[in-house]
Amino acid sequence: MPSLGSIRRSFTPWDDPGAKPYISFQNVTKRFGSFVAVENLSLDVYEREFFSLLGPSGCGKTTLLRMLAGFEEPTEGELFLDGQPLKGVPPHKRPVNMMFQSYALFPHMSVADNIAFGLKQDGMEKAARDERVQQMLKLVKLEEFARRKPHQLSGGQRQRVALARSVAKRPKLLILDEPLGALDKKLREETQFELMDLQQELGLTFMIVTHDQEEAMTMSDRIAVMDKGIIVQTGTPVEIYEAPNSRYVADFIGSVNTLEGKVESSNGDRVVLDGPDGKITGALREAAINKGATAWFAIRPEKIGISRTRPEGAVNAFEGEVWDIAYLGDMTVLNVKLGSGAVVQAAMLNRFRLVEEPIGYDERVWLTFGAESGIVLDR
Amino acid sequence: MRKRWTWFNITSVIFGFAFLYLPIVLLVIYSFNESRLVTVWAGFSTKWYGELFRNQGLLDAAWVTVRVAFLSASIATVLGTLAAVALVRYTRFNGRTLFTGMVYAPLVMPEVITGLSLLLLFVSINFARGFWTVTLAHITFSLCFVAVVVQSRLVSFDRSLEEAAQDLGCPPFRAFTLITLPVILPAVISGWMLAFTLSLDDLVIASFTSGPGATTLPMKIYSQVRLGVTPEINAVCTLLIGVVTIGVIIASLLTKSREVRRRRDEQAALGNH
Repeated sequence: MPSLGSIRRSFTPWDDPGAKPYISFQNVTKRFGSFVAVENLSLDVYEREFFSLLGPSGCGKTTLLRMLAGFEEPTEGELFLDGQPLKGVPPHKRPVNMMFQSYALFPHMSVADNIAFGLKQDGMEKAARDERVQQMLKLVKLEEFARRKPHQLSGGQRQRVALARSVAKRPKLLILDEPLGALDKKLREETQFELMDLQQELGLTFMIVTHDQEEAMTMSDRIAVMDKGIIVQTGTPVEIYEAPNSRYVADFIGSVNTLEGKVESSNGDRVVLDGPDGKITGALREAAINKGATAWFAIRPEKIGISRTRPEGAVNAFEGEVWDIAYLGDMTVLNVKLGSGAVVQAAMLNRFRLVEEPIGYDERVWLTFGAESGIVLDR
Repeated sequence: MRKRWTWFNITSVIFGFAFLYLPIVLLVIYSFNESRLVTVWAGFSTKWYGELFRNQGLLDAAWVTVRVAFLSASIATVLGTLAAVALVRYTRFNGRTLFTGMVYAPLVMPEVITGLSLLLLFVSINFARGFWTVTLAHITFSLCFVAVVVQSRLVSFDRSLEEAAQDLGCPPFRAFTLITLPVILPAVISGWMLAFTLSLDDLVIASFTSGPGATTLPMKIYSQVRLGVTPEINAVCTLLIGVVTIGVIIASLLTKSREVRRRRDEQAALGNH
């Protein structure tokens, strides 16, 4: 079977059974009254990893971070940091620093004093402290803002002060709660790369919470997709995108079409589904699937071919009518309505500026895709 | 839409302010009256102010009042702030509603009842009445005012500031004093000022709980007025009004200029972003 491909092949401690996890959640449950925020969750994160927790609001991802930082204690289960149990260790004694969603800059202190705060708590000498503050200011390019108060800064500058403050103590683990949430899109994209560079430069382990899937995909070594207090899937961005283990994950990351059908036959990793628009042949993700069971074929819009005539030898081909067209510049997204009424989204990369006879509204087109282009999911 | 000044508006404003301030203005004017008879104008003079500073009884009462007000306001501020923190932070404990209600009850309790019940308490535990009983009584009733003022500020206080301090290695109590307290300080100060003024002009509770040698200024004024209003009293009241007015003006100027500066800075920050 061809590989899914990987971007950073060299760094995969999670595939090494001998590797010691740096952070370890073991069967952690957190309840607030009768509300279960995190349910029996186990997770290992390795040193120098850039790890993202991704999920909608209220899925328990922030609670997970707050347990790591020490602001919440697990109701059940245990937490280990570098092999040491964290139970009962108060936040100010944990070798972990956190960057808050609201930045939580101290409004009555200057930028330099904000950055120096943690160093002062450690009793670092003034000379060494000043030097470290200068270093940090340089790192986030805010040297000339040292004497300003937080309210005299723009959103992006505040975000950088918060970052500088949280890495000033050189923690081995930095926790970031929606660090880019308050920035506009362009600034967010720039900052994503800055964060990645910083993480590489300082050799830190990053654990970041986000609800922005693009952000998670861009920055992370691995992503955990969460839903209602449990981790649905953990994997590299490529794994999560190309081999989601459920419709929830497939749908949460990027766009996806899910076509429902009954399992007609399964042969090795090939499954044939019988759906309302005909038979679909797809690759199976799980080890086995029962005949007759309901399953879903999930395929990304960009993996669907569009043509006016049925191509020769296509494994899967469906005819439909163009319902909506969205021209996005780099690509054009077509919504095609199949015979059963199901709408399939297909994306075409606009590789040429000029196209003769572009596909228009109400045209009948053929959608084709290979068996390996999508994946059969049983949940 | 621009609001125009109509005759109706002008008249109602004049009547409103007259209603509020005419008595005070009259009092101030008569404090500069030459005549010993309060209601007869006999020319301008400041002699009653001079007279006032030779009246040892009034000066003693003023000194007692200031000490009581300062001490009770300070202690009430500490306790009231702590109560506010408890009420805002610990949202889930048994009897929270009861506790909240009990902190606020003195706000609406008639002063006569507060005074009487405190008197009964002091008598039953055999506490000699004097300076300390007045101070304690004032702490009791001004505490809840401080709690209300500080609580309303704490509600909008971003808790993550304190968490950030702890996260950076600061123990909880120090995080409170280094971060939370400076941020909510304006509210704490206005709570203190409120408590100070309340204590300064309280007559009812002081009358119940005071004892020999601890006559406060309002008590002194009241007892003198019963024998007839003297221009001296007018002078004392004018001074009191002056002190309170200056205090209020300074406080409002401080908060206003800070607000204006903050807004200007924020505008500037958005501009250079």
